[in-house]
Amino acid sequence: MMPNRLSLLLSISLVGGAMLLGAGAAAGATDAQSAFADLDPVAKGRAIAEEADRRDAGFVDSEATLTMTLHNAHGETSTRTLRNRTLEQENDGDKSLVIFDHPRDVKGTAFLTFSHVDGDDDQWLYLPALRRVKRISSSNKSGPFMGSEFAYEDISSQEVEEYTYRYLREEEVDGQRTWVVERVPVHPKSGYTRQEVFYDQAEFRVLRTVYYDRKDDLLKTLDQTEFAQYLDRYWRPLRMTMVNHQTGKSTELQWSDFTFRNGYTDGDFDRASLARAR
Amino acid sequence: MGRAAVAAAIVALLVSWSAAGAGAEEAAVWQEWSGFVGAELRGFASSGRFDGQDDDVTGSVVLEPEYFREWNDGRARLVVRPFLRLDTADDARSHVDVRALYWQRVADRYELDVGVRKVFWGVTESVHLVDIVNQTDAVEDPDGEDKLGQPMIRLGLSRSWGLLEVFLLPGFRERTFADREGRLRAPLPVDDDRARYASSAEDTHVDVALRYTHVVGDVDLGLSYFRGTSREPRLLPALRADVPTLVPFYTQIDQLGLDLQGTYGAWLLKLEAIARWSAAVDAQRPGFGDYLAAVGGFEYTFFDLGGRGLDVGLLLEYQWDERRARATTAAQDDLFVASRLALNDVQSTELLIGAAVDLGSGAAFVNVEGSRRIGDRYALDVRLRAFTGVPADDPLAAFRDDDYLQLTLKRYF
Repeated sequence: MMPNRLSLLLSISLVGGAMLLGAGAAAGATDAQSAFADLDPVAKGRAIAEEADRRDAGFVDSEATLTMTLHNAHGETSTRTLRNRTLEQENDGDKSLVIFDHPRDVKGTAFLTFSHVDGDDDQWLYLPALRRVKRISSSNKSGPFMGSEFAYEDISSQEVEEYTYRYLREEEVDGQRTWVVERVPVHPKSGYTRQEVFYDQAEFRVLRTVYYDRKDDLLKTLDQTEFAQYLDRYWRPLRMTMVNHQTGKSTELQWSDFTFRNGYTDGDFDRASLARAR
Repeated sequence: MGRAAVAAAIVALLVSWSAAGAGAEEAAVWQEWSGFVGAELRGFASSGRFDGQDDDVTGSVVLEPEYFREWNDGRARLVVRPFLRLDTADDARSHVDVRALYWQRVADRYELDVGVRKVFWGVTESVHLVDIVNQTDAVEDPDGEDKLGQPMIRLGLSRSWGLLEVFLLPGFRERTFADREGRLRAPLPVDDDRARYASSAEDTHVDVALRYTHVVGDVDLGLSYFRGTSREPRLLPALRADVPTLVPFYTQIDQLGLDLQGTYGAWLLKLEAIARWSAAVDAQRPGFGDYLAAVGGFEYTFFDLGGRGLDVGLLLEYQWDERRARATTAAQDDLFVASRLALNDVQSTELLIGAAVDLGSGAAFVNVEGSRRIGDRYALDVRLRAFTGVPADDPLAAFRDDDYLQLTLKRYF
């Protein structure tokens, strides 16, 4: 019996959840801004998160390659590469398939995730050494993904319902005006008491997220940059940098080779396709 | 290697057909090499119990490269994975195998494999009752998880009602056995050149199997049926040039299998059960009759303990075999208890510590497995196996003096 090589998994696609936003264009943004003005902080925070979520709907499916670079406090680095395929679902969370290419000892390891709006996600792991498909628990929220500074809950598909919201203030990030919304995870196993999410006011993209640990101490900051737009609508940050303020470690994600509307079907996201994933 | 040549010829034919179909579009073809090479050292705690087992420290090297090629955006694929081990002490453990050599056709809801490959069936950790398609490569590891490549034609249909797989298995693979000089063997050497079969077709009997799997909410369900040559031989005493040896005897069986896993939060509840029966002529012989066996239990994981990323899993499985003392395996009234630790660090350090204890005799098989990546391309694997309190009539009795520690360094490419 082999220990689980990587115990749980993710669906990297909607990293940061509401960070991927749409084009709805300036007129929509202006309407939204004036509509938000009269709301109380709780309603305004949720309205911003919902608008960001709405703008990402309809991408149908996507594929991308991810290079993950881990930096420790001594300046040493370690790299992982993986590929992610996502299929949007009509009335539920997305289906996703993640396949590892590097390091080579985990090459071919793959995860299939059916994320759900209500209840736990369904996850299967493929172990190439044993040619074995295993159903695994999806209840690991706060643990680190592949030794990185990203926790499973940071990279899994995120739904608006998974947090409660409160609008805090306006602030500039790299010269862009943002709304800062505090969100509190609903799940009891979350590693965070709260997060501060910085949405840019033009496109509702998440430029920054600040994480506070269970003791409410500052833990991590995620910065998302190099935004690229696909299908004239969907924004994806090609670079994400997560810095852990308590350990001095950091992890960089570099996304590449995004393709959308590849014609995937549910048959590309079942246990048979997991077992032959390359 | 006659059969391997036939398999290779068939796969080559299918491959050339796929290649022709792909036409001049080079972009539609994709290929890659991967695999590993490893060096292994085993140290045994005691001297060998039987004649010929002279070495207390053995070394070996292992090579398992893989070539993968696909055409037409993955709709046709080729997988080739040879295997080689060279061992300093055991000539039988020095062996080659074709772990995989198959052509695969993938379409929207079905897949067809032709060639040699490995499949895995089941859910439990301590024994794999349901998993019957591939023969055990027993010289690799006493845990029985290493398998020989099996020639097959496999058709898989994926539908809303589940996944149905149909297997046609031409060509039987004999189990591997340690040589006279090898450790972890039966008291007498096994003369596998003289294997005997219940079927007059011997090792050319064509076996068939069916497997149905489905996911219903939190439950993963598997049902399977196998008809053909048993993968598990009886070892019969024989003489060769007046020297006592053992000869493997492979009977014909039918086996029905059930595997179930319920996944509830951090709990995994697991069950595997089989019913096996044999043709009437075999039923007269002890151990060949009809029987039921099952293994079931749970795995519970504490994730991210203390916010430090440490996962600690607890596993408990009960192994049952209706034949009890007459069972041909050690797993007949045994409790398996284990803990799985995952540090979730940069090196993916993991450790499994477990033991299967016979509730009748108290005999225990202790198993420790650890692994850690070194740099980007290397991984170190440590295994410790001990057989404690094993009485003389136990199936594990021959291994009583074979407690060992094994270090393996692998380089992946």
